[in-house]
Amino acid sequence: MEIIKPGINIDIVGRMKIAFVVSLSVIIISILSLLLHGGPNLGIDFAGGTLVQIKFSQETNADRIRDSLKTINLGNSVIQRFGYHDNNEFLIKTEKSSSALKGLSNRIEEALNSSYNKGDFEIRRVEVVGPKVGKDLREKGMLAMLYAVIGILIYVTWRFELRYAVGAVIALIHDVVITVGIFSLLGKEFTLPIIAALLTIIGYSLNDTIVVYDRIRENIKGIRKQSLKDIVNSSINQVLSRTVLTSVTTLLVVLALFIFGGAVIHDFAFALLVGILVGTYSSIFIASPTVLVWESISPSKEKRKK
Amino acid sequence: MSDKNIKVRGIVTLVIIAAALFFLIPSITQKIPSVWSNHTEKIHLGLDLQGGMHLVLEVETEKAVESAMERISNELKDTLMEKRVRFKHLDREGGAVTTLELPNKEASTRFEKILKNDFPNLDIKSSEITEGKEKVYLKIKDKQIASIEKFALEQSLETIRNRVDEFGVSEPEIIPQGKKRILIQLPGIKDPQRAINLIGKTALLEFKLLDESHSLEDALRGNVPAGDAVAYGYKVESETGRRTKIPYLLKKKTLLTGESLEDARVSISNRFGEAYVSLKFDSQGARDFDRITAANVKKHLAIVLDGVVHSAPVIQERISGGNAQITGSFTTDEAHDLAIVLRAGALPAPVRILEQRTVGPSLGQDSINKGILSIIVGSILVILFMVLYYSLSGIVADIALFLNIVLILGTLAAFKATLTLPGIAGIVLTIGMAVDANVLIFERIREELRLGKSPRAAIGGGYSKALLTIVDANVTTLIAALVLFQFGTGAIKGFAVTLSIGIICSMFTAIFVTRIIYDYFIWDKNIKRVSI
Repeated sequence: MEIIKPGINIDIVGRMKIAFVVSLSVIIISILSLLLHGGPNLGIDFAGGTLVQIKFSQETNADRIRDSLKTINLGNSVIQRFGYHDNNEFLIKTEKSSSALKGLSNRIEEALNSSYNKGDFEIRRVEVVGPKVGKDLREKGMLAMLYAVIGILIYVTWRFELRYAVGAVIALIHDVVITVGIFSLLGKEFTLPIIAALLTIIGYSLNDTIVVYDRIRENIKGIRKQSLKDIVNSSINQVLSRTVLTSVTTLLVVLALFIFGGAVIHDFAFALLVGILVGTYSSIFIASPTVLVWESISPSKEKRKK
Repeated sequence: MSDKNIKVRGIVTLVIIAAALFFLIPSITQKIPSVWSNHTEKIHLGLDLQGGMHLVLEVETEKAVESAMERISNELKDTLMEKRVRFKHLDREGGAVTTLELPNKEASTRFEKILKNDFPNLDIKSSEITEGKEKVYLKIKDKQIASIEKFALEQSLETIRNRVDEFGVSEPEIIPQGKKRILIQLPGIKDPQRAINLIGKTALLEFKLLDESHSLEDALRGNVPAGDAVAYGYKVESETGRRTKIPYLLKKKTLLTGESLEDARVSISNRFGEAYVSLKFDSQGARDFDRITAANVKKHLAIVLDGVVHSAPVIQERISGGNAQITGSFTTDEAHDLAIVLRAGALPAPVRILEQRTVGPSLGQDSINKGILSIIVGSILVILFMVLYYSLSGIVADIALFLNIVLILGTLAAFKATLTLPGIAGIVLTIGMAVDANVLIFERIREELRLGKSPRAAIGGGYSKALLTIVDANVTTLIAALVLFQFGTGAIKGFAVTLSIGIICSMFTAIFVTRIIYDYFIWDKNIKRVSI
């Protein structure tokens, strides 16, 4: 079976400008959304706060839960359904994490006991993150992304050349910004697993990019008559089949995770889903064309025959 | 390549697979000989999968420094009085600073001499002279502060370990994090609140006298006599369960603390069936208690725990033998836990909970089931896709994929790594990404075949040309995974671990193992066509 026919030759480099415009618009929308929302929507891991996950054995709704929790002052709290509708699971999130909320799960349990039967609900998860830890994790998360990018930049520079590394890094920043932007647009929360997902996306996007770069390098050695632009274009085409196939297999498993993995890692799987799609796109349309742009700005020293 | 070479590579593969199975099988079934299961361990599940509590505490080590300053100031006061050095207003100025005023030059000189000889841990932070009077600011030396703080953390760790051990948690993990924090992992905890109360209680037990010569009402209005302090206790009505706050006027001086305890046990009173904690002092403590009670017969002695008055019984007579009781309205559990914390000793400084994550066992099981379902569905989809796309070669890739999963799980078990829910996600992701190596190789082989090369040459070319690409591509993902491991806390670390293991194992199975299969058919079976 073949999805991408051999000998395919799409003029990808020629459509570079369209791709740049599309990417740039999506990035601008992402950044605008982040600005309008006052930065990413931080979950309790980073903002600090309390989260309680409760499973009810019968159908109920957020209003009824809110009513029964009126007796205990939860402050600024959000009550929302978690996972699929028939799971009857809810999340209660509050901003506070101070000692004023000490024993929160016990107090919630007591308050719920007044309007639900004792066996009708189960507190399944409680997470309390102090503001200090939230700040620490925020800083550590940003640093982790930075270190990953620097590490990759060094490796790619060592294995290839700086101009390739620049293309690779621009492509992965592109992927991360768009994924973060989509999260912001959909109002999804940033938690620790999402940082893990972003780092994975960085790794994955690069994986794809490097396969293309490898082919470009190989072709430069072999064919000396063609212009760099043609070499880049034919290289992308030669590995296109592989790029698409790997995306398909990876998307298949992430889709399995997204559908069957349960509510706890739903957003994590969603981030991967978005990231893999964007990452595949960027390795074809952004990473390699960027090498060309960079080449026109500062030509590499080795004088190649044009 | 010769026939013999295939055999050697085959044997290497079989040995590695056998080793992985050796470590993995005990996690899957219990029907194995005990000789085997005794030497291996099951895959260790993270708290998010088996249920339990994750806590990060901060030891308020600055409080330990403050109490050290308090103790030293008292000693300084005593020494200055003993040596007849004139001074005024020796006060602690919040935190770890003490100030005092010296009226003249002579006092200043003598004070400095005493400070130098008897209080080597104190430093003069600053001093100002106005109208011949010198005001001195004292602080503890930085080096000493560091050692007090270090000791406070070590002592807290030790105390918390003792408490958790006595509480009975299987495989707790209690480790320091940085200079002030303690990470605690308690698997399978059923009552998280009770565990938090037990771990977080400072448990400073003090015996103080009630001040009966001054009026409590007056003190409550704000006229607290010098050397006294107001403290509160609670009375719970057994019928209504209502708590009422009761004020006490106590003398500040602590007569005896929990440090003098040898033992603390729960007992049930015969008359009311109420739980109480019976205390036994060590020999020095028993002598002190004997002396204190003898000197204060008919007076009230308050038993204060972490600043709360538990009871203030009248000393009926001199108590020898070193036994005492703490009564109060305890449930049996509360009395039991109080006995544990008193036995384990007080924390040298209060602790604050920075982070708490509790997962119930049912949610953990849910996550395991869903994770396994995702792995199965994901695997089936990828396996079918590969066969569909690459025919028989797809089966070769699928064999590699299956072996890869076995290797990942076997490695997890062998290295006693922890499997978490994100870790399962990492395995699922690896399944999708592991076939990438085979896709790269197969696409290359197809290209070579299209150029009209023989199967033998095409396969050789495909592998050699794809190899570097595969390594390069995987190293970058590995860099991301390693950074994640460094940054990771708990569950996230599990993701980095399975992702890293998965990448490394997949390179082995997808490159090394599949090549053996091809070589076997090409060289041994001499097939002339590649199904790809």
